[in-house]
Amino acid sequence: MSDKVLYVMYDDDHVLKDSAKKLVEKGVKITEVFSPFPIHGIDPIIGVKNTRLGIMAFLYGLTGLTLATIGMRFFMVTDWPMNIGGKPNFSYLENILAFVPISFEFTVMCAAHGMAITYLLRNKTLPGMPAQNPDPRTTDDKFVMEIRLSENNKISEKELDKMLQEVGYLELDKKEIK
Amino acid sequence: MQKEAAIREPLILGHKTYHDVTEDVCRPIEDKAPKMWYILFGIALVIGLYGVGSIMYLLGTGVGVWGLNKTIGWAWDITNFVWWVGIGHAGTLISAVLLLFRQKWRMAINRSAEAMTIFAVFMAGTFPLIHMGRLWVGYWVMPIPNQFGSLWVNFNSPLLWDVFAISTYLSVSLVFWYIGLIPDFATIRDRAKKPLSKKMYSILSFGWSGRAKHWNRFELVSLVLAGLATPLVFSVHSIVSFDFATSVIPGWHTTIFPPYFVAGAVFSGFAMVQTLLLVMRKAMALEAYIHTKHVEYMNIVIMVTGSIVGTAYITELFISWYSGVEYESYAFLNRATGPYWWAYWSMMTCNVISPQLMWIRRLRRSLLFTFFISIVVNIGMWFERYVIIVTSIHRDYVPAAWSMHFPSHIDIAVYIGTIGLFFVFFLLFARFFPVLALNEVKSILKGSGQSYKESPDYHKHH
Repeated sequence: MSDKVLYVMYDDDHVLKDSAKKLVEKGVKITEVFSPFPIHGIDPIIGVKNTRLGIMAFLYGLTGLTLATIGMRFFMVTDWPMNIGGKPNFSYLENILAFVPISFEFTVMCAAHGMAITYLLRNKTLPGMPAQNPDPRTTDDKFVMEIRLSENNKISEKELDKMLQEVGYLELDKKEIK
Repeated sequence: MQKEAAIREPLILGHKTYHDVTEDVCRPIEDKAPKMWYILFGIALVIGLYGVGSIMYLLGTGVGVWGLNKTIGWAWDITNFVWWVGIGHAGTLISAVLLLFRQKWRMAINRSAEAMTIFAVFMAGTFPLIHMGRLWVGYWVMPIPNQFGSLWVNFNSPLLWDVFAISTYLSVSLVFWYIGLIPDFATIRDRAKKPLSKKMYSILSFGWSGRAKHWNRFELVSLVLAGLATPLVFSVHSIVSFDFATSVIPGWHTTIFPPYFVAGAVFSGFAMVQTLLLVMRKAMALEAYIHTKHVEYMNIVIMVTGSIVGTAYITELFISWYSGVEYESYAFLNRATGPYWWAYWSMMTCNVISPQLMWIRRLRRSLLFTFFISIVVNIGMWFERYVIIVTSIHRDYVPAAWSMHFPSHIDIAVYIGTIGLFFVFFLLFARFFPVLALNEVKSILKGSGQSYKESPDYHKHH
């Protein structure tokens, strides 16, 4: 299905945010916003839900803590209990203080790396991936809204053009997608 | 947009636009490197290679080429290790702890401070590895199933905790740093004209496009990584101090060590950040972003942590007397008045007296003075580790074993070599990487930029 995409460019984050707000109030669906830095407050306007990566980090951390506990219990208590200075490793609980540092470090390591990897995978930002920003200036000082006609069935292209004229913009670029 | 008090000094001087920020940071990368860069790089490389050569000689011959003896089994190697790890504490403190405290002045310095951290931890890691003598079995520090029977590393040992602490710290700092770099690499990619640099930055930027959802994730990941890295900063040097504190050597067996080491680490780390940034801001024309106020903030951190370190020194002295343990008392008396008195008093002068000068506003806002003090602090913190390590063990329990440590030329060459390598890495970073966190600086431009703060409607709309 062919589709038409409108790239509406601004040179200020606040102007873009205000325009997006006005457009959304008129029932326009904004697909995406490209910006050189995070625009605070844009997410609820264009309907981007908050990320759940934080929950993932917690789960990865729990995994790390569990692995460290199981591992150290096996190495130091089950498999080869060492007797160091008359303080033998006969039970995990009695020796838990010595295991605190590594439990902590391993928890942090798993949480941080697990979250970082998930972040890159979910973003689909990996080495060698092609850039998808519509204009190279969006990583410099320009802010672009992407509006797709297919996602705005109730609004004709002309009506949309008129709305955009009303809210104002810097540049407008239209592209056909097949 | 966050507002600041009008009396607060702006963090970005001059009339900068978003595009100016991009230009200012990218220009040094896109232009040809100045002649000075090649000269410095050449010097650093020669020194670094001399260090690498010395390490090869050490590995081929054995740890005996160091100036160690039966009494002093640890000297420059561990001193350098702790010194470098300490230096490596500023970067993550700046980018993690200051992020949690919402300190916006961090944004101009976090990128280069964290690069410095990573390179410093590289250098630190070299020392325990070469200290093993047989570098190629270095992986034995990991609990890997093996054919030696039920042979595991000792999880009760602070040395093993250190392995986990340092590797976690290094890898998490690296990831934190790189995740922040991705959007900035994308900026350079989109500006690059030469095909090779376009290709390289395209690979480095992972195809970053700046989508709203990606920024949403980016901010949360930065925040959570900061939250994870903050206790990490404190744990790493605590664990390094356990290497000494859990032993029974008078002078090492001290419960004050963890907080005292952490404060010392932050102290020396900020000093190194000052040394590097004062030169970098000038060489790369970034005076508008890293200016007197930033230097002053860092000097305040140096003053506070320096005072904690000073208090710790004096507490240690008092407790050694108050404990009534004669070995403990002697260890500290010997530090101050024994054959290593000069090291002790250099440490005291550099670390206790010099940061107190920062109470004077004129001095802590003087760039030249700051540079001088930053070097003094770096020297002082090296002596601190040397004093703690060598003076505590050079007087053994049996007087027949009393000894002195004299560094061999390999000791010196390996140490100087790591400084050379550190600068090789840092110069490469300054040449090819965005030294300022572009996206973060742009996000505070309207709140903290001079031209915005001075405009009449700063306190009106939005």
